[in-house]
Amino acid sequence: MKAGIVIFPGINRERDMAIALKQSFGHEPRMIWHKETDLGDLDLVVIPGGFSFGDYLRCGAMAARSPVMRAIHDHAVRGGYILGVCNGFQILTEADMLPGALLRNASLRFLSMDCHLRVERNDTVFTSRYQIGMTFRAVMAHGDGNYFADGETLDRLEHQGLVAFRYTTPTGAITPEANRNGSARSIAGILSPNRRILGLMPHPEDLVDPLMGGTGGKPLFDSLAAA
Amino acid sequence: MTREINQELAREFGLSAEEYARVLSIMGRTPSLTELGVFSVMWSEHCSYKSSRVWLKQLPTKQPWVIHGPGENAGVVDIGDGLAAIFKMESHNHPSFIEPYQGAATGVGGILRDVFTMGARPIANLNALRFGSPSNPVTKRIVDGVVRGIGGYGNCVGVPTVGGEINFHPAYDGNPLVNAMTVGIARKDRIFLSAAAGVGNPVVYVGSKTGRDGIHGATMASAEFAADSEEKRPTVQVGDPFTEKLLIEACLELMQTDAIVAIQDMGAAGLTSSSVEMAGKGNVGISLNLDMVPARETGMTAYEFMLSESQERMLMILRPDRQELARGIFEKWDLDFAVIGELTDTGRLTVWHGGKLEADIPLAPLNDQAPLYTRPTIEPPKREKLNPARIEDRIGLTGALRKLIACPDLCSRAWVWDQYDSTVGGQTVKRPGAADAAVVKLEGLSRGLALTTDCTPRYCLADPEMGGAQAVAEAWRNLTAVGARPLAITDNMNFGNPEKPEIMGQFAAAIRGMAAACDALAFPVVSGNVSLYNETERRAILPTPAIGGLGVLDDVTKAVGLALPPWLDLVLIGATAGWLGQSLWLREITGREDGAPPPVDFTIERANGDFVRTRILDGTVRACHDVSDGGVLIAVAEMAMASGTGCRLITHPRDVPGHAFWFGEDQARYLIAVPDGVALIRAADTAGVPAMRIGTSGGKDLTLPDGGTISVDELRGLHERFFPSWMAEGMDGET
Repeated sequence: MKAGIVIFPGINRERDMAIALKQSFGHEPRMIWHKETDLGDLDLVVIPGGFSFGDYLRCGAMAARSPVMRAIHDHAVRGGYILGVCNGFQILTEADMLPGALLRNASLRFLSMDCHLRVERNDTVFTSRYQIGMTFRAVMAHGDGNYFADGETLDRLEHQGLVAFRYTTPTGAITPEANRNGSARSIAGILSPNRRILGLMPHPEDLVDPLMGGTGGKPLFDSLAAA
Repeated sequence: MTREINQELAREFGLSAEEYARVLSIMGRTPSLTELGVFSVMWSEHCSYKSSRVWLKQLPTKQPWVIHGPGENAGVVDIGDGLAAIFKMESHNHPSFIEPYQGAATGVGGILRDVFTMGARPIANLNALRFGSPSNPVTKRIVDGVVRGIGGYGNCVGVPTVGGEINFHPAYDGNPLVNAMTVGIARKDRIFLSAAAGVGNPVVYVGSKTGRDGIHGATMASAEFAADSEEKRPTVQVGDPFTEKLLIEACLELMQTDAIVAIQDMGAAGLTSSSVEMAGKGNVGISLNLDMVPARETGMTAYEFMLSESQERMLMILRPDRQELARGIFEKWDLDFAVIGELTDTGRLTVWHGGKLEADIPLAPLNDQAPLYTRPTIEPPKREKLNPARIEDRIGLTGALRKLIACPDLCSRAWVWDQYDSTVGGQTVKRPGAADAAVVKLEGLSRGLALTTDCTPRYCLADPEMGGAQAVAEAWRNLTAVGARPLAITDNMNFGNPEKPEIMGQFAAAIRGMAAACDALAFPVVSGNVSLYNETERRAILPTPAIGGLGVLDDVTKAVGLALPPWLDLVLIGATAGWLGQSLWLREITGREDGAPPPVDFTIERANGDFVRTRILDGTVRACHDVSDGGVLIAVAEMAMASGTGCRLITHPRDVPGHAFWFGEDQARYLIAVPDGVALIRAADTAGVPAMRIGTSGGKDLTLPDGGTISVDELRGLHERFFPSWMAEGMDGET
């Protein structure tokens, strides 16, 4: 699988993402500048975390209107894979490629800490190396990760099985304490209807090495590498 | 401004009568307003170090691994693999009191620029924060703003904030300390310096546009605060971390080429200090045309352009044949790029604006005749050593533990750390609170850096010389406690008004203590910053020589943290006399802040530390924590809370009173967890290092030698309560 990482000005987790992708894929991902309009023969487009354009407008709103987004949209129409993490998830919602929005954290403070994610389905290209219902640890680092959508949209996501991950306790229980940013229905990550686009707030790419405190995020990249 | 330029105006600009007379003699005429502005900021305490330079010279700055010591934008040390670590700590105290969020944010931005201007990619931020009493209603608003500001800037630029320290004391009520440290990595053969060279070479301005913000910030930082300091808010700058991120990427991209002759960030005193310092170091002249400076506001005067402290700006001298290549890089990153002047052979700073010569100053005397003061000093009398046997324990071990572990100076800082992105970059091996020093891996290599900030201001007040030595020793100890080889420090000297002999006495004594420790531990000073006049309404802060320490781990996988694993022997390294003078136990339990602080013996420090480091690197030690504030029992509790594993402690030696043994703050001590305590103690005996088994880990409770028991869960509850509950009470200080 050929992967590329999109760099908008202000993105800052592209290096973390490149390390995680390289570890599972065995080769370096391509770096794509936001003014590029041709993605070439990429199978997977990754939009990493950071503060695109400073996030001085709504998070991700400026990036969603960048030249490269048309190419990413075309890639999605062709059935290509897209992974958006943190700011990348925000950009995908701003670009209407995923439903809902990411609001300020319920605490109104930036949250940088580990969280536990429960895997809601493993028949996707992103999650095949996980088991359904298992939890893994990932790093959370965001000010605006409070997933919001109207009730109808949330029901549809649930009904169609498009919730990829939820914030839970280490043993998989849904509690208000485990849902630190206040996301609707504890949603941490969602899929597009064809399950080829995944957006999630926490950073699996920052826990792929025991030296950094864990490998909970590694199966996500291994899943993609195996696809 | 059409005021007459005279001594009275000069005084308002912070120049003394004698200093103004010197300006007149250098210029041979009355200076223009712009010229007066240039002199006043260049000769301000903040830029000229006029009260501190004579003392700073005493600090050891050399070791074989030091590549650049003080005098450059930041210190540079060789860390192996052809790489250099570039680091510095700098204060933003005054702005952070006036406008906590922007003051702290721009403090982070400024120190980042000092590091990447030398060619380093910043890989870690740390900080050292001191706040007033939590019971003072304004403290909460300042803490909240400073923490948000540090996070707001650091998180956005994508440099992990990996460590720091926080103290509370009423002496900081009107004058918090915000000291920010950045560490970066560069190839050691690709380090960029600031000395301008090449007559005719273009002077290039890059980054944000210039506005009227922060005019005379350096002068503000060189005066005491009065109650009207709120009115100084316009002198605080506003940070733009997004532009900083672009500036980092653009500068590092340009630094891959051979375009740059010299580069410096525009920090305090903006265009003035960067142009004067670059030309001065290179012994060349510099001519600036302010019409070419990108401006954010209209109608700015030459004075305003030269004195503005707008953020996220750099000044570079480029090779003329690479000018267009450089322009292309900055345009790609959507940053302003403007040729605003050239180097000359006149030895003068000439500033043109609207076709008019606004300033024409000879650089050599501006730099060489800068004031230098050997101010009078009075050192405080030595305090009495307290006899622990004569200090009654009325609360018992468990009672004191419960109280201390929850007090503001010892409670969990998680509320703070949780607002700083500590993992961006994917190289953070030991996050805040996981070990005595933060540990960051170097991408793609097995090597890692250990980083810490340290100072114990209450020791420094009681005995500035011993306190200065202790701050250096504790930094060395914290690096050692993760297994790192300590290499060098940066210092941030925060003191009161240097015109008072008592304050200058504190400064001189602290420097003496630091110098002795740096020498004895082969731990030189490679960069630093001095912040004086930290007083509000004539009350000085505690003397606070904050130390930022850097060490290296050749194999970062060997780093240990403080989380206590189960079923190990807990061994105390170092001798315990039960030193209660200036201890937190004495302050929090008896309400006394007296006695002499614990002495530091460098020979013992080194022997104990070298022993511990060796045992960490050979894999014997599974967890390690230095014994500092609160003593042994607090250190045990912190290790237990970090892992959730309890510990059964055994009886202390009979010759030391229990409370003094468990809460005394004797120096050069470590707690280590090892599988075989007996063997470890035998090895320590051979090395001449005191070692004593004090307990065994396991279970979920901390069992004290007097029979008291407290669960680790309860400890955590007490430990984690202060910040969230204090903040939840609301911002009383909001007006």
